[in-house]
Amino acid sequence: MRIILFILQKEFLQIFRNRAMLPIIFFVPIVQLLVLAYAATFEIKNVNLFVIDQDYSPSSRDLILKFKGSQFYTIVGYSEAFTAGDQALINNEADQILQIPADFEKKLETEKASSLQVTTNAINGSAASLMNAYALSIIMDYNTNVILETLGLRHPPDPISISSAFWYNPELDYITFMVPGILVLLVFIIGSFLSGMNVVREKEIGTIEQVNVTPIKKYQFIIGKLIPFWFIGMFELAFGLAVARLVFDIPILGSLGLIFFMAGVFLLVALGMGLFISTITSTQQQAMFITWFFMVVFILMSGLFTPVQSMPEWAQWLNKINPIAYFIEVMRMVMLKGSTFSDILTQFFSLLILGVLMNILAIWRYRKVV
Amino acid sequence: MHSEEHIIRVENLTRKFGSFTAVDKLNFYVNKGEIFGFLGANGAGKTTAIRILCGLLLPTSGKIEVAGFDIYRQTNKVKQNIGYMSQKFSLYEDMTVAENFRFYGGIYGLSRKDIREKISYYLHKLRLEKKKNAIIKSLPLGWKQKLAFSVAMMHDPKVIFLDEPTGGVDPVTRRQFWEMIYEAASAGTTIFVTTHYMDEAEYCQRVSIMVDGRIEALDTPERLKKQFEADSMEGVFLQLARGHS
Repeated sequence: MRIILFILQKEFLQIFRNRAMLPIIFFVPIVQLLVLAYAATFEIKNVNLFVIDQDYSPSSRDLILKFKGSQFYTIVGYSEAFTAGDQALINNEADQILQIPADFEKKLETEKASSLQVTTNAINGSAASLMNAYALSIIMDYNTNVILETLGLRHPPDPISISSAFWYNPELDYITFMVPGILVLLVFIIGSFLSGMNVVREKEIGTIEQVNVTPIKKYQFIIGKLIPFWFIGMFELAFGLAVARLVFDIPILGSLGLIFFMAGVFLLVALGMGLFISTITSTQQQAMFITWFFMVVFILMSGLFTPVQSMPEWAQWLNKINPIAYFIEVMRMVMLKGSTFSDILTQFFSLLILGVLMNILAIWRYRKVV
Repeated sequence: MHSEEHIIRVENLTRKFGSFTAVDKLNFYVNKGEIFGFLGANGAGKTTAIRILCGLLLPTSGKIEVAGFDIYRQTNKVKQNIGYMSQKFSLYEDMTVAENFRFYGGIYGLSRKDIREKISYYLHKLRLEKKKNAIIKSLPLGWKQKLAFSVAMMHDPKVIFLDEPTGGVDPVTRRQFWEMIYEAASAGTTIFVTTHYMDEAEYCQRVSIMVDGRIEALDTPERLKKQFEADSMEGVFLQLARGHS
């Protein structure tokens, strides 16, 4: 125990003497939270629409005005020619083409039915379906108006009235959904990178040899390297939570104590992973690449951006060893739903097992003798 | 009682890296309190051998005892009783002199009081009291080497391994360094030292010369010079190194 204290004293000295450290501790979380929370959003706030109006009738003008009036649409061009619309799509000037055929109004009046064409750039599938939904709702709205006006009918009462209520994120605010997840990334990055890099750096400089000729025990070394970054990780979370609360007004319905307790367990996984990687690599570059590899896979599969439930079964199985997925679930449940410890037992035990395993691996793989 | 007098005993020590044999069937012993010079050209296998004796590298085969303990089974007892100063920087460059002493003293299990006494003892001896709170990075190489030696001596090891301790330092500092080595030896510490400088070989009580992973000569400098009919150790060394290249 005394020996671990000496290691801790030395690690903290070095961390706080390192000029790059303070910016990392304070700058990284602020940038991640502010940039990612605002930028990484699936909401589409601006659709560039190109209009091909071959009808030039009061009806077509009404429809176009409806699009113009929508806060989601910007009309980037008008033409009568199909080719102009195609070109705008190819040049990325337009996301969507609305095409109104020449007999649009005539058919409405004579046949009581007419057709339109909406073409959407679907390179990004989820964005396309969203844009399509916007367009449909505007056209539906227009449709209702036409029915009321031309047929002189009053709005027919809905046979079934549907009222939706969105729980836990009533305004469907994307930031509320993202911020708890971004906090998880923050803690993971700090934990896995700083701890691993620290050990590999000692290997590169050669000081680790000097430590290895001492009778220090392997577990003492690993614990000495783990604890400082555990504290920094916890501090990062506190700092990040404060920013989330003050800047984004993110609700924290559950207990703060539970959040930090689970973060403590999660950090054991992140730190253990960083330390384990540091024992199987000899340069910072190698360690960086391997950590990066796992991090990208873990993040993309974690459910931060896309729901885990819609992943194929094998991917969901793979997620059983993904610490980020567990902790994102925990953070969202506790922060947004106010879940209690008994609701997150699965995640707790999974993280605990992963954490113990990673650290045992790190101690086992750390070689004082080559 | 062999093992009482021989603080290091090496029998048939071999270390291979793949198909390359870095150290080939070394046999030697080092007497207690002796200054033992371990010479060889670059790549002769000196560092490999010294790293094995310090427990940093496992031998492929051979029987090795250091400070009376078996290197395989009693590794931690060996480590408690040896000091090591590598040719790389062994001190933390971003920490102060005192902080380095404190850290290494601490992990060798010295009490805080002992550590304080050692710091003032060594800094007084090196006349570096004023540099107690200086960052290592800011000090000249020669001072760093002397400090590294003092740090390695802090826990009063029975044997100290010095791997090219005077590489790159000026002649005056080298001289001072050897005075420190003599002082440690006269206090009973066994010195196991590798060096490139042949004048330093003359300071050793016995010298072994490694060529291509083998010990080609081992004796006192006087007898080696007589045997190879050379005026200096440099002559001895050149004859041996040339004969094999």
